[in-house]
Amino acid sequence: MLLIILLPLIAAIIVGFWGRRLPRGASHLICCSAVGISMVLSFYLLWRVNQGYRFDDDIYTWLDLGFTRLTIGFLIDPLSVLMMAIVTFISFLVHVYTIGYMKDDKGYARFFAYISFFTFAMLMLVSANNFLQMFFGWEGVGLASYLLIGFWYTRESAIKAGMKAFLMNRVGDFGFIIGISLLFATLKTANFSEIFVRIDELQGLTVSLFPDYELPLITTICVALFFGAMGKSAQMPLHVWLPDSMEGPTPISALIHAATMVTAGIFMVARMSPVFEWSDTVLSLIIIIGATTAVFMAILGLVQNDIKRVIAYSTLSQLGYMTVALGVSAYSIALFHLMTHAFFKALLFLAAGSVIIALHHQQDLRKMGGLRRIMPITYITTLIGAWALIGLPPFAGFFSKEPIIEATKYSTLTGHHYAYIALTIGVFLTACYTFRMIFLAFHGQPRFDVHHDRGYQAPKESPLAVTVPLILLAIPSIFAGFLFIKPMLFGNFFDRSLVVASEHHAMVDLTENWHGIGAYFLHIPSTPAFWLALLGVVVAWFFTLRQPQASAVLIRTFTPLYKFLINHFYFDAFYEKIIARGTVAFSRMSTLVVETMGIEGFLVEMPIKIVRWSASLLRHLQTGYLYHYALAMVLGLLLLITRWGMI
Amino acid sequence: MMIGLEPTLTHYLLLSAALLTISIIGMIANRRNMLTILMAIELLLLSSNINFIAFSAFLGDMNGQVMTMFVLATAAAESAIGLALLIVVFRRRGEITVETINILKG
Amino acid sequence: MTFSAFLFYTFSAILIGSAISVVSTRHPIHSALSLVLAFFTTAAIWVTLGAEFLGLALVVIYVGAVMVFFLFVIMMVNVRDFKKPKSNWRVYFVPLLLVGVLMFAELAMLIIYSTGGRGAVPEPETRNTFLLGKAMFDHYIYALEIVAVLLLSAMVAAIALTHRKTSSTKRQVPSEQIAIKRDDRVRLVKMDVVRDEDEPEDNKKQADK
Repeated sequence: MLLIILLPLIAAIIVGFWGRRLPRGASHLICCSAVGISMVLSFYLLWRVNQGYRFDDDIYTWLDLGFTRLTIGFLIDPLSVLMMAIVTFISFLVHVYTIGYMKDDKGYARFFAYISFFTFAMLMLVSANNFLQMFFGWEGVGLASYLLIGFWYTRESAIKAGMKAFLMNRVGDFGFIIGISLLFATLKTANFSEIFVRIDELQGLTVSLFPDYELPLITTICVALFFGAMGKSAQMPLHVWLPDSMEGPTPISALIHAATMVTAGIFMVARMSPVFEWSDTVLSLIIIIGATTAVFMAILGLVQNDIKRVIAYSTLSQLGYMTVALGVSAYSIALFHLMTHAFFKALLFLAAGSVIIALHHQQDLRKMGGLRRIMPITYITTLIGAWALIGLPPFAGFFSKEPIIEATKYSTLTGHHYAYIALTIGVFLTACYTFRMIFLAFHGQPRFDVHHDRGYQAPKESPLAVTVPLILLAIPSIFAGFLFIKPMLFGNFFDRSLVVASEHHAMVDLTENWHGIGAYFLHIPSTPAFWLALLGVVVAWFFTLRQPQASAVLIRTFTPLYKFLINHFYFDAFYEKIIARGTVAFSRMSTLVVETMGIEGFLVEMPIKIVRWSASLLRHLQTGYLYHYALAMVLGLLLLITRWGMI
Repeated sequence: MMIGLEPTLTHYLLLSAALLTISIIGMIANRRNMLTILMAIELLLLSSNINFIAFSAFLGDMNGQVMTMFVLATAAAESAIGLALLIVVFRRRGEITVETINILKG
Repeated sequence: MTFSAFLFYTFSAILIGSAISVVSTRHPIHSALSLVLAFFTTAAIWVTLGAEFLGLALVVIYVGAVMVFFLFVIMMVNVRDFKKPKSNWRVYFVPLLLVGVLMFAELAMLIIYSTGGRGAVPEPETRNTFLLGKAMFDHYIYALEIVAVLLLSAMVAAIALTHRKTSSTKRQVPSEQIAIKRDDRVRLVKMDVVRDEDEPEDNKKQADK
C-alpha cells in the first residue's frame, strides 16, 4: 500500500536529480512504470476495499507533543481509495501521453520529475489520516502546480500565471490553515477519526477571531476550511488562477488543473463531511458559491477563443457543480461527478493537446476548423468527452450531473432554489460552449495557416502515445456513468466514510426516487436539463456553422456586455487594481510610518540619541587619570561603609 | 568601649587602618611619579598583612600567617609586573608622570 | 606601660611617619628608603606579635630583594622632571585630606565598635616557624603550588614585557628548518671532466717504481 504512494516519489527523485544524465527513454520508462505499478496497486486496493478492507493507522511518529502526537499515517477507506484510483489512473495516462506530447521539449526529464512528484503529493493528500499530512500533500500539489504552470520558464506569461496560481492558492491555504489550527487548538488532535468522533464537543462553543465579536466555532472552522477548498478548487472569487494556468503544458492542464488537483478541495470537504454537516450556514454558503461559479464561469466559457481556456472555464463550471453537490450534502454525488469529470475532462484536455500539437502549438479556435477528417481519433474522442460533459445520456456526465440538479431540488437549505435554476441554466451554457468549441475546431473550413516551407508538416493524427490515452479515457467517459451510479450513489460503497446528518435529506429523497437504470432512462425526456442541453448544441451549431456572422452581430449589439465577459467580469482587473495596488500602497505607507518613523526613527534612533546624549555628559567623568578612578573607588567604599558598616 | 594603653587587637587594627588610609590617599594625591604609586601599593598590602598577623596572633591560629605568606608572594609578583609595565611606559613615552598619562580619556 | 606596649607605640609611630614620608616626599629615592624603613618597623612589630619567621622573611625578601629591584628601576628611568607638579597641589590637598580623615574615622569606628576592649594578645607560640611550615605544607600545599606558578608566570610576564629584541640576537626558526628542501642546500653543477695532464705521467712513475 505504501508502495502506491512512494513509487512516484522515488521516480520523481531519480528523474529529478539525475534526469539530465539519463537518456530520455529512461526518464519516461522510470516514471511511467512507477506510476503504472502504483495504478495497478491502487485498483487492487480499490477492489480490496470494496470487499470491506479498511486501514487507519499511524506508521510513524513525527513529533510527540505530550498531549498529542503528530504522526504520519494513512486512512484507507472507500473515499480515499477511490481518489487514489482516479489519481493514479489519470496520472498514468498523462504520463504516457506526455511521452508523445513533450517529445521535443528540452525539459523532458524535469517534466516527468514534476508530474511524478505531483502524483506523490496528491496521493499523500488523499490518503492522509490527519490534517498535517493532508496539508503537506495540499501544499505539495500547490508547489507542483506552480512549477508546472511555470514550466516554460522563459515565457513571461507562464511565470506570471504560475505566480498568480501560487498567490491565489496561498489565500485559500491561509483559510485552510486557520481551519486546521482552530480544530487543533480546540480538540488537541489532528487525526481525522478522532476529530470526527469528538466533533459534537464543539457544539455551542464560540471563538473570537476579532476582539469582542464571538463567532460560532464550528461555522468558523467550516468557513475557513471551505475557504481553503475554494482556493484549491478555484471557486469564485478565487478562481482567476485556473484559466491562466493554461499557460502550462497541456498534459498538466489535464492532470492538475482539470482532473486531480482542483478536485482536492472537493475531496477535502467530502472528507470533512462530519464537520461540515454541523453547520447549515456554511452549507448554504457552499451552495451559493458553487452555483454562482457554475453559471458565471459557463458564461465566460462562451466567449473564449483559446481552446484550452474554453475547457478551463468548463472545468470551473463543473467544479461549481461539485461544490453545489457538497453543499446539499450529496457528497457521494459530488465524488461521483468528480470521478466522471476527471475522465472526460482529462480526455478533453488531452484531445485539445492533440489538436494543439497537430497545429504546432496553435491554440486559437478561430484558426482551426475542419480537423474532423484529418484527426478522426481525436475528433471522436473529443466528441465523446463533450457529450459526457454536457450530460447527454448515456454518457458518464449525464449520470453524475443529473443527480446534482435533482438533489438541489430536494434540498431544504437556503439557496437551493437559486442553485437549481443556476445549474439548469448552466447545463444549457455548457452545451453551448462545448459544442461551439467542437464546431469551431473540427467542422467547417480549415482556417489554420498552411505554410509551404520544407520543414512544415501538415496537420496529421497524433502518435500512438497520444491517441492511446485518449481512447483509454474515452472508455470510462462512456461507461463509468451507468456502471458505477448504483454502487456509488445509492449503494453503500462509501460506507461510513461520508457522513450526512439526517436533516439534510436530499440524498435520501433521491434514493427513494431511484428505480433502477432503466427507469432512469425513461425519466430522461421529462428533465429540463436534457432538453436544455440539446438546445445548447443547436444554438452552438447555429452561431458557429450555420450563421457565423450572427455571433458578430450579437457582439456588435451588446459590445459593453461582451467586453465585460471577455475581461472575465473584471475579476483580474479588480485583483490587480484594488487588491494588489492596495497592498502595495499599504505596504508603502507602513514602510513610511512603521518602519521609517516607528522602528527606525523611534525604536532604533531614539535609544542611540539618548545614549549619545548621556554619554556626551558622562564622558567628562572619564578623565583618563588613574587617581580619579582611585578616588572614585575610595568614595564608593566610604559610601558602602557608611551605609552598611555602621549598623 | 574603653581602649587601654596596653596594645590589643584593636590597636593593631587601627595601626593597619591608618596605614591603609595613608597609602590610598597618597596614591590618589600623587601626581608625579608612577613609582610612588607602586610603593603605595606595597604599603597597602603591608597593612593588610599586619591585619592578618594581628588576627593570627590574637586567635593563636596559623592560617593568618600562611595567608600573609601568600600575600607577600602575590605582592612580589605584582611589583615585578608593575615595574615591568612602568619600564615599558617609560620606554614608550620617555617619562612616568602620572598626570600626563590619560590616553584612557573618553 | 609595659615594655611591649612601649615597643608597639614606638614602632607604630616610626611606621606611620615613614609611610607618610613614602607618599609625600618628592624624590623617589627618598620614598624608596622610607619604604625600607616602613618594612623594617613592620617586621619588628610582627616579631613582637610572635611571627618571627614572617618578620625575617619580610626583611630578607622585601628589604633585600624587592626594594633593591625598586631602586634599580628608579635608577633606570629618567626622573628629571619629578620636581614640577603641574596641577595646583593646594586645590585638591585639603579635600583629599578630609577624605582621608573621614575614611580613617570610619574605619576606626568600625574597628573599635566591633573589637574594642576585647583582644588582649596571648603569649606567642614559641615554635612559630615549625607551625607555619606545618600549616603551609600540610593544609595549603596546593595553594602554595599555585602561588609558585603565579610567581613563575609573573616572572615570565615581566621578562616578556621588558625584553628588547635586538638585531644581534641569533635565533632558530624550526618551521623553516623543517620545510627546507634539498635544492635549497645543495646546488648540483654540471661540469666537464678536467683531465689532469700530469696524471698519466704520475701513473708511469708509479709503474716505474
